[in-house]
Amino acid sequence: MKKKDTNISAMATPAVGEAGKTGDWRDMRPVCDHSKCIPSIKKKAACFLCWLYCPEGVIKATIPLEIDLEYCKGCGICAEECPGKAITMVNEGEKNG
Amino acid sequence: MPENLFKVNIEEYMLPGQRACQGCGLSLAYRYVLKALRENTIVTFPACCLTVLHGLYPTTSVTIPALNCTLASTAASASGLVAGLNAVNRTDITVVAIAGDGGTFDMGIQALSGAAERGTDFIYVCYDNEGYMNTGTQRSSATPMGALTSTTPVLTKQQPKKDMLRIMEAHDLPYLATTSPAYPIDLYDKFVKAKRIKGARYMQIAVPCPPGWGYAPKDTVRIGRLAVETGIVALFEIEDGKFRFTGRTKTLAEKGNKLPVINYVERQGRFRKMSIEQLRQLQRWVDTRWNEYLKRAEG
Repeated sequence: MKKKDTNISAMATPAVGEAGKTGDWRDMRPVCDHSKCIPSIKKKAACFLCWLYCPEGVIKATIPLEIDLEYCKGCGICAEECPGKAITMVNEGEKNG
Repeated sequence: MPENLFKVNIEEYMLPGQRACQGCGLSLAYRYVLKALRENTIVTFPACCLTVLHGLYPTTSVTIPALNCTLASTAASASGLVAGLNAVNRTDITVVAIAGDGGTFDMGIQALSGAAERGTDFIYVCYDNEGYMNTGTQRSSATPMGALTSTTPVLTKQQPKKDMLRIMEAHDLPYLATTSPAYPIDLYDKFVKAKRIKGARYMQIAVPCPPGWGYAPKDTVRIGRLAVETGIVALFEIEDGKFRFTGRTKTLAEKGNKLPVINYVERQGRFRKMSIEQLRQLQRWVDTRWNEYLKRAEG
């Protein structure tokens, strides 16, 4: 990636946050209730549908689940698809929700 | 951990913080396309939503080499890449051309038809969001009947959607498939399969678009799923002329419990001016194609 090809005049380099901190776009924030989250309850890899359906790839499929709020655009697909209703969308202004 | 659960590549080739809209169906689909294709892939695409997703110079949000080309020349650009790679004996690299429905159904069709006829060794991906969404929801030949667009703002679109799959099938391709991001594993498996096959391969992804179709971003997966369950989108693959249903469509065909199109239509703002007659026509259009597919799946 570092090597410069002289034949290419304009080459972009990969960067995280190409459009800036896309978390700014959000008006609703996903909050995970770990007592309802299936992998947290079973304590093993299960479900992870939020990870599967996240269009941004900002959900880290770990136990407990981690959501990168710096880049989460707040589309709410994870909350919609969560079978245990563990993820809920709360207004940005509110605390924890 | 999800790699054992879903049997997918855990590596992310699309970095967070890209420029696509909230709840974009394309970014969900593209995430799995890249996961399936892995490294040793070159992507080429015209000016479309994908260009927006890839970002502005000097940074990009995708870690796969990519080449921008002009609108009608996606397949021609891919043909050039294949020829260039052959000249330097790099046959281990998969060339992928990706364009939207405008860049495929309307503008890119002659270059695509040419490349398919020559049997160029590449994968052509059409992500079909049913309109020119990048420039502000103009009508394309992929827009379904009854949809409002910014170029059909008063009267809804009167013509049914162009059947691109049948056009591409007429080129006798070794592999042709339809997928939907609402079923990411089905999408992933098809791209893994496509990567192994040689020759011109055509993939069509039915991508829901929240701003263009007029629904809340959280419903992207639900709308994608409804499109499959109502038969608007049929998931199938044609390998060397052999037709096969896959995934959800296969179970729908076996059980015969396809939903009426109204379930799909009523959730989208773009169909708000659709007449009852148009709704009936859309249902007839879906049923005719569905029956054809059923006949072909039986053999």
